[in-house]
Amino acid sequence: MSSTSKKYHPQEAAEFVADNERAHWHDKALWFVRSKRDKAAAAVPEWEALRETASQIKAHMVAKHADFLEQFEEQATKLGAVVHWAKNPEEHNRIVLELLQKHEVKRIVKSKSMLTEECHLNPFLEKNGIEVVDTDLGERIVQLRNEPPSHIVLPAIHIKKGEVGELFHEYLGTEKGADDPDYLTEAARHHLREKFLAADAGITGVNFAIAETGGIVVCTNEGNADLGTSLAKLHIACMGIEKLIPRAQDLSVFTRLLARSATGQPITTYTSHFHGPREGGELHIIMLDNGRSELRQSDDFRRSLSCIRCGACMNTCPVYRRSGGHSYNNTVPGPIGSILGPAMDAEKHSSLPFACSLCGSCSDVCPVKIDLHHQLLKWRGKIAERKLLPWTKRMSMKMASIVLRNTWLFTLMGGIARKVMPLMPRFLVYNRFNDWGKQRDLPAMPKQSFRQQLKKRNDSQKRDS
Amino acid sequence: MRVGLFIPCYVDQVYPDVGMATVEVLEQQGLEVDFPSAQTCCGQPMANTGCNDDAKPLAVKFMEVFKDYEYVVAPSGSCVAMVRHHYEEFLGGVPGFEELKSKTFELCEFLTDVLKIESLDLSFPHKVGLHQSCHGLRELRMGSASELMSETVNKPKQLLEMVSDLELVDLSRPDECCGFGGTFAVSEEAVSCMMGDDRIADHEESGTSVMTAADMSCLMHLQGLIDRQKKPIHVMHIAQILAGREVTK
Repeated sequence: MSSTSKKYHPQEAAEFVADNERAHWHDKALWFVRSKRDKAAAAVPEWEALRETASQIKAHMVAKHADFLEQFEEQATKLGAVVHWAKNPEEHNRIVLELLQKHEVKRIVKSKSMLTEECHLNPFLEKNGIEVVDTDLGERIVQLRNEPPSHIVLPAIHIKKGEVGELFHEYLGTEKGADDPDYLTEAARHHLREKFLAADAGITGVNFAIAETGGIVVCTNEGNADLGTSLAKLHIACMGIEKLIPRAQDLSVFTRLLARSATGQPITTYTSHFHGPREGGELHIIMLDNGRSELRQSDDFRRSLSCIRCGACMNTCPVYRRSGGHSYNNTVPGPIGSILGPAMDAEKHSSLPFACSLCGSCSDVCPVKIDLHHQLLKWRGKIAERKLLPWTKRMSMKMASIVLRNTWLFTLMGGIARKVMPLMPRFLVYNRFNDWGKQRDLPAMPKQSFRQQLKKRNDSQKRDS
Repeated sequence: MRVGLFIPCYVDQVYPDVGMATVEVLEQQGLEVDFPSAQTCCGQPMANTGCNDDAKPLAVKFMEVFKDYEYVVAPSGSCVAMVRHHYEEFLGGVPGFEELKSKTFELCEFLTDVLKIESLDLSFPHKVGLHQSCHGLRELRMGSASELMSETVNKPKQLLEMVSDLELVDLSRPDECCGFGGTFAVSEEAVSCMMGDDRIADHEESGTSVMTAADMSCLMHLQGLIDRQKKPIHVMHIAQILAGREVTK
């Protein structure tokens, strides 16, 4: 891996940060969401108990995963749904296409689903002559811009309203220069209404699948999942196999945590339950593995399967807020994405576990108590083991370790640095290889180290006594 | 009581007065402070970079140097968090390791939890901004992180409140990371510096005259930015305030 090649996080982040005004605007927008979350969580006296309960329910689900999967399939089938199993995105997309072709579907509406992003379903269907319209407002915005979501809950959080105005002027014919959110939303509503009415099938994601009942639950704020699945006869629900919860009564634990953690709302505007197909319709549930079973085998990373995709770790992450979701080059960005990304492709995503100051805010904000920052640290070890570290890091750490293992060498090197550094002209110290010194001064070098000062003091105290 | 003093490697070499202040604070409490000179580094820079093979010998060395002390104290939440939470993979199951973990303390928590001090005969007539270093806060739980809805006493704050005439300022983001993060400061230089600048701006807007923290690494990064931009904020480790140092620049 070359540390200078594009597509690694530090370079992408530096580009984002270079637009200082925009980076601060992005940081503040997400901090606002984090602050709303704090207020909403503080209003629930049993917040920490809820987190603990959710964490345990998910741990239980992951521990008995196969049993719950079987139970879910059995119950969902009893309700009249058809359950499909997909090992990877290719299988997933093929199943979707076959269903659409069987029903002679030409136009589909899709409500928010990070899983279909993971599978790159849109370009696949478009290539096969099917029109796909994302109906979540933020997702529609990024779809029209031909870019991926930058956040899993707030897909267009990186885009300013003026830019949405320009986009809608081009695609939806809104007035030039108009940036009033109400006006733009109204325009999107009309545009999407036509798409809803014309669609032959609706695709949704899944927030929770209940093993006990075979039902699935979709949480949205715009009601687009309901409309998309009410008008067309065919409903395809795409989910990762980790989205299970054991019992219906467990659901309330998660619905109480999800919206509060995600946006600071007490609950999402719509919490839609689908227990089997509606009358005269078909419900197909596609269960995708794509590396999840492998993750389940790993003691280090198993807990990442508890994720309910609330996005709170992104909103709180000081790095994400300042580098933007696209800097991660992964379907899921931010702390959780930096764990899931390397699990899929360690080489491609080798810089992500390092796009983190290990502040631990993500682990404390996580509603299901995933030890995110410890998993990121674990990943760093795996990246090093697989020899995917840049050689500069590898060599500097090897050298440092050799020096620090030998006290005499450590004190000798420290002494030399303290003597030489003050003698060096500024331009030599702050050269272009000194990344510390681009924006920061180095500490002033003292004449004596602590151990020398202490010895001197102790010796003189001994003499005096 | 005799305590083994651990001084982080870079503090030993670059911030000798933070070490001296720590010695003085502990001695003022009537303790015998021993600095075993074989010590170097806890190994965190290597472990946080993923180079566990390079970190392990330093964990072994730390244990060897400090295993016989009644208590081990360090003026760094980060190094203590390394010992308490991250040595497991290097020393798990080694006889004496559990004991080492339970007797190793960060300076502030040692003062509040072990020595249980309730007053300090000190005056520091300045507006102080407390930077909550993440590892102390979220790994050692030296206070409640703003994400959590449970209350824990904030130990550094508790100590600063014992100092007469010291005014603690309220920050708009009380515990956001400064962006140091070890090698992160260099490998993610752009984000790291923006994070640091944002922390400094928060302190400036809140009226901080002296910025302090229980970890010198955060302060080294923040001071680097402050010095480059010639900002008027002074930077002191909490041990320096607790040892009665004057503000120096």
